[in-house]
Amino acid sequence: MDRVPILRIGDVLLVSIQVDLQDDIALALQDDLSQRIVDTGAKGVLIDISALEIVDSFVGRMISTTAAVSRVLDAETVVVGMQPAVAITLVELGLTLSGVRTALDVDRGLAILAGRESGVVAEADDDDQLDD
Amino acid sequence: MSEETYDWVRLLQENRDDVLARWTEIVRGSLAGRMSATESSHDLREVLDALLAGQGSTDVRSPSYDGLRSLLAELSRTRARQGFTPTETAVSVFALKEAVLGLLQASGDLRGYRAFADLSGLVDELGLFMVETYSATRETVIAEQAESLLELSTPVVKLWDGIVALPLVGTLDSARTQVVMEALLQALVDTGSEHAIIDITGVAAVDTQVAQHLLKTVQAARLLGAECIISGIRPQIAQTVVALGIEFGDIQTKANLSDAMLLALRRSGLDVVKSGRGRG
Repeated sequence: MDRVPILRIGDVLLVSIQVDLQDDIALALQDDLSQRIVDTGAKGVLIDISALEIVDSFVGRMISTTAAVSRVLDAETVVVGMQPAVAITLVELGLTLSGVRTALDVDRGLAILAGRESGVVAEADDDDQLDD
Repeated sequence: MSEETYDWVRLLQENRDDVLARWTEIVRGSLAGRMSATESSHDLREVLDALLAGQGSTDVRSPSYDGLRSLLAELSRTRARQGFTPTETAVSVFALKEAVLGLLQASGDLRGYRAFADLSGLVDELGLFMVETYSATRETVIAEQAESLLELSTPVVKLWDGIVALPLVGTLDSARTQVVMEALLQALVDTGSEHAIIDITGVAAVDTQVAQHLLKTVQAARLLGAECIISGIRPQIAQTVVALGIEFGDIQTKANLSDAMLLALRRSGLDVVKSGRGRG
């Protein structure tokens, strides 16, 4: 069975999904990832889905679950490189991945994890004030 | 039956040139000089020949009229594209009745009137066929225009490095929102922009459906890793939105584009300051 490789960059784990995400591969990835977070003590997880053309409700939910699991293990998840068509599908399915941070590409995702940039889902109330 | 139908075919065959001349004259009169004599005469001669090729059948859908139908369909399509009215288009066929009637009155041949009754029914059906083709062509033209309008009306403009704007004009329905959403998301990915401003100054009315579409677009942009600001909300629209109980949630809204632009700049870590000249 294909396995999705999990690469370590500093204290960040990079998961680049390049294959069609079958249900069993997705479940194996979830197991592997939580194991690696514990083993390495990683503080962040980047999931690159730029190669995914199709995302169904199962994969959408799996991404949400992975993010939730990582958060429990004190690692923040950023989903990067989502295709427009995939985003439209997820919204139509009603899966808005609430609580999951997103970024346009790996570079920006790393920046979010490094705390250099405020993430999209982060509470940006302070930034919103024009007049202070 | 065959005796009677044979009669109108023979009637037309015997007086072919006379009928054609009268027909052409009537048609040209109705088109008010928008078509040359040779052109209309040529068209009508082809139609008449195709009509006679039907061997007197009174069923328009019969295979013997295949040639006639395609000829009339082509004629209707051309007229529709050239902007002729349905009446002007159908009169090309209906005028045949008038031409034959004029001929009968001149010759005083009573036998011909019975044959004319059969011809009349056939011509009516041909006229209806022409109008049908005409309106089908018109609908195609309208659909094409609507489609090109759809493409024209969704420009995504770059305001700054990392900031794109989508000025919406007109009404937002499901089909248009789909195009708008795809155009915006693609632009975000292509330009690597993290901020998008959706300006709805030109949107005539915002109802729950339009709001729903806007929310979906913003959510999809968030999934990509970009944040949207909705700007250009006019006072009446703000009141409608509140009256309808629409919640924009945590989506930032601004009254005008410049405020939205300023917010997007600040979110990208930029600030706008007066130049040294202003400080004196």
